[in-house]
Amino acid sequence: MTGRRLPRLGAAVLLLAALDGLAADAKVSAARSTLSAVFTQMNVPVEAPFKQFSGSVDFDPTRPAQARAHLDIDTASFDLGDEDYNSEVRKPAWLDTAHYPRAGFEATGLKPLGGNRYEASGTLKLKGKDQNLTATVTVGKDGAATVFDGSVPISRGHFGIGDAQWQDTVADQVTVKFHIVVPPPR
Amino acid sequence: MTQAPAVAPPGYTRTAVALHWTVAAIIVCAFSLGLVVSDLPFSPQKVKLVAYHKWLGITVLGLAALRVIWRLSHRPPPLPPMPPWQTFAARLSHALMYTLIVTIPLAGWTFSSASGYPVVYLGLWQLPDLVPKNKLLAASLIDIHATLAWLLFYLLLLHVAAALKHHFFDRDDTLRRMLRWRGAAREGTP
Repeated sequence: MTGRRLPRLGAAVLLLAALDGLAADAKVSAARSTLSAVFTQMNVPVEAPFKQFSGSVDFDPTRPAQARAHLDIDTASFDLGDEDYNSEVRKPAWLDTAHYPRAGFEATGLKPLGGNRYEASGTLKLKGKDQNLTATVTVGKDGAATVFDGSVPISRGHFGIGDAQWQDTVADQVTVKFHIVVPPPR
Repeated sequence: MTQAPAVAPPGYTRTAVALHWTVAAIIVCAFSLGLVVSDLPFSPQKVKLVAYHKWLGITVLGLAALRVIWRLSHRPPPLPPMPPWQTFAARLSHALMYTLIVTIPLAGWTFSSASGYPVVYLGLWQLPDLVPKNKLLAASLIDIHATLAWLLFYLLLLHVAAALKHHFFDRDDTLRRMLRWRGAAREGTP
């Protein structure tokens, strides 16, 4: 009895392991993904990209609660499209890229909201501070790749980002927008 | 024409006079502010002044559009007698100034779009982007915007000089009819 069952169990375990291997830690395609922050100055929304980031996503649609994602962001790659703005935003009062060259985001678990929408929760580490964030993520397909789209508002003040003399020019709320493309692992 | 008519000579409508001086005043402000901000180092103050400059420019664009519509639907009074070359110069410079008061704000707006910093009129209404974000395009658009603004500046000097020449040397009605508020009201009621 047990003798006959064991091979089956073994096969199942192998299959699961194989599936797990497929889903585990697929690399984010930096070339196809975008990560940007929309800030508001004089009520003018300005979207600026982080040009350098990397990450991986482990997502199995049948087990969303086990999903994991992680992003590693080069803070100095934030490009406001203007050298004056870029050198300002790298200063200690803002992103302080000299002391905090990297920002990170770790997501653990997706909660299905119906259809292709999920609620993602995770921790943003920025300028030495952590914040738990919850964002609605839309999961789609681009060819064979899985695409995660969403945005989440954060407060500059929480992370100590911003110079007091800009307080009435640049709004506290900044919206982080992401379009993460994850090709199937080879 | 042997005898001056008993009614006031044909003049500009009140609307035309009001639009002329309002647009002129706003252009002087926008141009000066544009000069100031182009030399200012990067600061919150500069960001604010740039926003005000954009608001003034969009105001000019709106009023300029009104002026064009008004001009096309209300025949302006004939020019006082003057040599044909002066008539030609007046018509050409007027046509150029009308073109510029529309194209300069449009170039500025397009520059804003191309640089990724959209125009939010009075901080309340976000105007649509005229072109997608493009750094190279933005760099040439700001040059075009500034060059056209300087062209308008020199045309304006010429325009003012011509008006003063007509007023003080030729002693004709050219300037007075643009200053006549009450007389102008009678135009259109023959």
